[in-house]
Amino acid sequence: MSLVATNSSSSRSEGRLLSLILAVAVLITLAPVARLFFEGITAGGNLNLGFFTEVLAKPATLSALRHSLITAGFGTVISVLIGGTFAFLVALTDLRRKGALVFCLMIPMMIPPQITALSWTQIMGPSSVFLKTLGLAPPLGAPQPLYSAGGIILLMGIQHTSIIFLTLRAGLRAIPQEVVEAARISGASGLRIWGQIVLPLTLPSLLAGIAITFVTALGNFGIPAMLGIPAGYATLPTLIYQRLAGMGTTVLAEVAVLAILIGVVAICGILLQRFFQQRQRVHLVGSTGRPLSIPLGHARLPVEIALWTVIAAILVLPMAGLLATSLVPAYGVPLRFDTISLDGWHEALFRQPVTRRAFLNSFVLSVSAAALLMALCLPLAWLMDRHKTPLGRVFDSLLDLPYALPGVVLAIAMILLLINLPFTELTLYGTIWIIFLAYLARFFAVMFRPVQSSLRQLDPAMDEAAQSVGASLSRRLKDIILPLSAPSAAAGAILVFLTAFNELTVSALLWSSGTETLGVVIFNLDDSGETVMASAVAMTIVFVVMFLMAVIQATSRRLPKGVVPWQS
Amino acid sequence: MAELTLSHVAKHFGDAAALKSVSTTVRDGEFLALLGPSGCGKSTLLRLLAGFEQPTEGRIHIGQREVANAASRLNVPPEDRNIGFVFQSYALWPHMNVRRNVGYPLEIRKLSKADRDARIDAALSATELTPYGDRMPSDLSGGQRQRVALARCLVSDPTAVLLDEPLANLDVALRASMQEVFSDFHRRTSATMVYVTHDQAEAMAMADRIAVMNQGVIVQLDTPEALYTRPRSRFVAEFIGEGAVVPLTGATHGDAGAEATLLGMRLRVETDTEHPALACLRPENLRITETGDIRARVERVTYLGGRYRLDLTAASGDALVTQSATRLQPGDQIGLALSAPWAFAAA
Repeated sequence: MSLVATNSSSSRSEGRLLSLILAVAVLITLAPVARLFFEGITAGGNLNLGFFTEVLAKPATLSALRHSLITAGFGTVISVLIGGTFAFLVALTDLRRKGALVFCLMIPMMIPPQITALSWTQIMGPSSVFLKTLGLAPPLGAPQPLYSAGGIILLMGIQHTSIIFLTLRAGLRAIPQEVVEAARISGASGLRIWGQIVLPLTLPSLLAGIAITFVTALGNFGIPAMLGIPAGYATLPTLIYQRLAGMGTTVLAEVAVLAILIGVVAICGILLQRFFQQRQRVHLVGSTGRPLSIPLGHARLPVEIALWTVIAAILVLPMAGLLATSLVPAYGVPLRFDTISLDGWHEALFRQPVTRRAFLNSFVLSVSAAALLMALCLPLAWLMDRHKTPLGRVFDSLLDLPYALPGVVLAIAMILLLINLPFTELTLYGTIWIIFLAYLARFFAVMFRPVQSSLRQLDPAMDEAAQSVGASLSRRLKDIILPLSAPSAAAGAILVFLTAFNELTVSALLWSSGTETLGVVIFNLDDSGETVMASAVAMTIVFVVMFLMAVIQATSRRLPKGVVPWQS
Repeated sequence: MAELTLSHVAKHFGDAAALKSVSTTVRDGEFLALLGPSGCGKSTLLRLLAGFEQPTEGRIHIGQREVANAASRLNVPPEDRNIGFVFQSYALWPHMNVRRNVGYPLEIRKLSKADRDARIDAALSATELTPYGDRMPSDLSGGQRQRVALARCLVSDPTAVLLDEPLANLDVALRASMQEVFSDFHRRTSATMVYVTHDQAEAMAMADRIAVMNQGVIVQLDTPEALYTRPRSRFVAEFIGEGAVVPLTGATHGDAGAEATLLGMRLRVETDTEHPALACLRPENLRITETGDIRARVERVTYLGGRYRLDLTAASGDALVTQSATRLQPGDQIGLALSAPWAFAAA
């Protein structure tokens, strides 16, 4: 009898713990998405098929959809051109200082889109402090060239360059070196190897990268909000934002339809990406130990100069513009030694209650989201790996959804789910809790995947050895699993913190007075003409981002493969 | 220490049967090797004993205690079985130093610090690891790591020690010295040990008995000598040692022993079955002599160091293997004299 009792204490207690955590995780991540799509298919409430077609047939909807497709589509083309060139050159040739090059190319991905947009507007247009300082500013009254479809396309392209770069480089790394060497022995060289050997082999990962870049661009809110709204050029996410900001929750049913529309396009893109990614794994066998390094010969120095020039143009220049703007006493004044002033910084960081509140809100939200997700994901990833249940498998394939879906879609889903808590009169809409729950849903995958990949690389014998010497489930979690996966969990937590700290898209629809986040504050400051303060806050965030990225980079050697996103 | 008993144990992974109704007993204090080609089920058997897997059918006892029973769904988890397990990958915890790795089982058992230290010291000195106590596993060589794994399993006095190809990751020279470590360890502790390997030399060198496995069943469980000289199936005859298996006919049993026709000749054979059908011809059964009755052609000559291995084709068409002290040329015709080979029933 006592034996039966000991039996149930191990395997069954693991099973129970798994079910419990899995239930919480499903509730956090999938319930909002399910709620939104339930809204889409039911005829209940205000929403039925007629209403659906009515919203879709509105000219505003159609033009926003067209704008979304145009900006996301051409933005992806720019991403492919820049990211593809970098990926092929870095992965295949003997360039020097590849590590630094990759790190710099990754920074645009980690800088939030609204800051990208803000920084680029600081180096163009008539009131650019940067151009005035150099004496190159166009005359007053000249249009800001970035407030246009072209501006949105350019910045989206730059923002998402690193996505193409990363997926393509992962595909390139999977090409066995022998394949290229065999081609060279056969007499092929240079562009012929690239066109006939490398490109066909990496096509699936390139297509997967294109699909996911398109989905990300489609959901981008920060860039079209900062550049499109002044120009009267609405995409679907900004249309939802404007409707909801202007009319409040009375238009909830209408924006839900719009959210479903983006969601459906996004899911098509995600499915396409998965399809290509699976095809990529099939046929490549052989050692991939040493990276490829085809000598560029005399072309190496010019190529290196060209690549670093691109980095300067897309990273250094806008940041310099942002810094210049943050250091003048008033917007429009050129930056000189006698005009330099830290008033904007002082005002933004220490005086304004709203910015201080936002710093606190964003800090508390992102730290607690990271901590809670770590506590949830560590045991969950480990138990899911050991006990393969059908529910676990389904969850594994769906848990990326809240992160992959555009932020506005998730925000609308959260509002629908939490505006009326079941069986009560309570609502979480307008409180900080709705933002917190939205962060948990959105960044679950950011935490879960690194932990999962590091636990999968862990030798199962590590755990079995502890089991065979008598360690119980809790002892093994504490003494073996936690210490061994801690570096990846820490990296995952920093990534959650980074993304949540800068996040705008989700909170733009969920904030209310008192629960502003940093992303919202930058957006609002710029919107109300306080560009100097917006630049100062943005600059602070850029420093925080670069510092945390450097921390991860410095510890990356101790992390298992696949944990640091820009080194995967 | 205790004996391990398996009764009709089967293990299926989905539709595939990894183990088909195995019944056997590992005697108290015995060193048993599980030997077989990869995929034969030997590791599965070991993991069932450890409790990492649950049997689909049958029961397992450690001593008097039932630890697994498929019918009543009883499965005592590994942490409550008090067995030691040595892994092929050593499974040292990389975040703990050698002393902590070795002492971890005692931490679990809540021994006092003084007790713990005494037993860790004893285990380290038994495995000649005393100078390495404060090192991290990553600073050790392969052989040292495996000795740490052994010390870790020794320290808590397990009822049985299970070893899963512990030497597979080591080079040849280290393997020989680690075999001595395991043999000494077994002699000193007289622990019941089950040792999985696919290397017959390793099994022969250390084991009291060897269970030869193939396709999920134990085909023969015997002493190393018996397996070599008296195989009971074509699989064991061909898997263990060198030699050739040839068919025989017309076996008769007389006062002088058994006789049968093989290689086209009437010969005396050793057997313990009524109707033997196959004979196992080891190199030492075949002596090269000009006057030999059996004529054979040399097909291939392989130098083994000090002697040559000859692949032959007999006049009857059967392939044979023998050894010679001098080099012969492929195509040479030689004569062979046969000493009574072992004959067994076809299976």
